[in-house]
Amino acid sequence: MAQHYTTRFGSLERYDKGGVEVVNDDARNYVFSNLFEVASRAKPYEKVAVGKNIDYVIEAIRAEGISGWRAPAHDEFALVMDGEVEIRLLKLDNPGLVSPGTKGSVALAGTPAGRKMGVVRARRGHMTLLPVGAAYQFDAPRPGVILLQTMAGADTVERWGDICQTTPRRNAR
Amino acid sequence: MSKTTDAVPEIGSIEPNQHGYRSFTLGAFRFDRDEYFTHVAWPKGHHMLPVDAFLRALQRDIAWGFFYGIVNFDAVIGTMNHYGSVDLFAGRFNDHYRRAGLDHSERFTTPLIQRVFEAMLDDWTNAGFDPFASPQETGSAFGPKHGSNKEAITRHRVTAKRMIAAPGDEPLRTDDNGFPVNRHFHDVPQDKPDVRAEPGFEDEVVAFNLFAYLSRSDVTWNPSIVSVCKASLYCPTTEEYILPVIHGNDRVEWFVQLSDEIQWEVEDRDTGAVRARVTMKAGDVAAMPADIRHRGFSPKRSMLLVWENASPELPALYASGKMPPTPVQF
Ligand SMILES: [Fe+2]
Repeated sequence: MAQHYTTRFGSLERYDKGGVEVVNDDARNYVFSNLFEVASRAKPYEKVAVGKNIDYVIEAIRAEGISGWRAPAHDEFALVMDGEVEIRLLKLDNPGLVSPGTKGSVALAGTPAGRKMGVVRARRGHMTLLPVGAAYQFDAPRPGVILLQTMAGADTVERWGDICQTTPRRNAR
Repeated sequence: MSKTTDAVPEIGSIEPNQHGYRSFTLGAFRFDRDEYFTHVAWPKGHHMLPVDAFLRALQRDIAWGFFYGIVNFDAVIGTMNHYGSVDLFAGRFNDHYRRAGLDHSERFTTPLIQRVFEAMLDDWTNAGFDPFASPQETGSAFGPKHGSNKEAITRHRVTAKRMIAAPGDEPLRTDDNGFPVNRHFHDVPQDKPDVRAEPGFEDEVVAFNLFAYLSRSDVTWNPSIVSVCKASLYCPTTEEYILPVIHGNDRVEWFVQLSDEIQWEVEDRDTGAVRARVTMKAGDVAAMPADIRHRGFSPKRSMLLVWENASPELPALYASGKMPPTPVQF
């Protein structure tokens, strides 16, 4: 008899959370958070780090409405975890808008000058390349969540004490 | 250990034993198998592992190029990667063996230990047993030698240079290229992102369905690179049953649970003392510190994003104490 399986993904509306149960440790060592919870409490397009490995971060981004344009200093990757996001790409006329040595991405004022590269409409599970040399803008009619693979930059928000488990039991508050 | 052995030995005994399997030596280590067990012997001790678990661990160790840090096959046997050479050890990361002075470790050049491990995996894997598959999806590893399964043990290792599906990079998985949706993932949407590239920008406007890609993985517990931001590597994998190794970190790694649930047993890397249990559900994010070892348990096939920092200088920074073992302090 064929068994039926249900795959459980999370969303802003509905997520379960696990946690750390300490035997002999400090729960903070695991920097444990839930990216849907983080995004549910974030402002639109706030770049909240949920993981950090020296220079590198993964950011949970609440996608809601139209974002400002940003230009990455290196390839970045946007994975839609919930909702639907239109991603617009522009080839910058002036790549010098991103100064050499920049990490992560920089915010651009208004719409930068450049040629339209194209548009990606991405839904849950879809990963989009945000290529170096381009600028990008997100547009999400309804709230969604993007997990961004990048480097820690000027606009990366770190608030670990607010988002992470600090108690030795996961159900303790 | 004093020197790194790179002399090419005769790989495996010529004559198979009574069960049909060849025996293998690496330095002072000797490996034999019978119908149920792998027997490992070294000058100060010997040890037995169930052969199915041993082959699953051996398969990962080979496929991952000995991975980051320590690959414990169980609480006694394992390898430690020095990126160019590899330690094979017994009891090295077991407090009791260490205190009793019964541990043993020898260093080999990577090509040498790789050749011997590959020959052992090839000789000891019977027809119908796939060490990469979940237990429900494969046959038995046990019994006297019968046939082989070369196709299963020499799979292509996915290592995207930029991103899966980018021009010239690793391809998508489809029914047609031999990757049907796994039985646990029939409900995972297979839709594609809408990609509209302007003329001339087709190579840079690229997107793919990662969850659909993972739903078509034919292996378990095999982190494979799908996107590359300098030294930041996304290495997602699909998990079912038990991680066949206990991974000891030589740097911090991160997990993002993409679907379903995995529980992790976390122990001190050097002694094996239990430190914590970490339960991860979809959307949960957690770090594995640089001084621990961990083993995951996944009741249903799940999608796990393993996130690595491949910077080559990291093991020395952590080992020297210049870098704290946890990634952020708060
Ligand atoms: Fe690991």
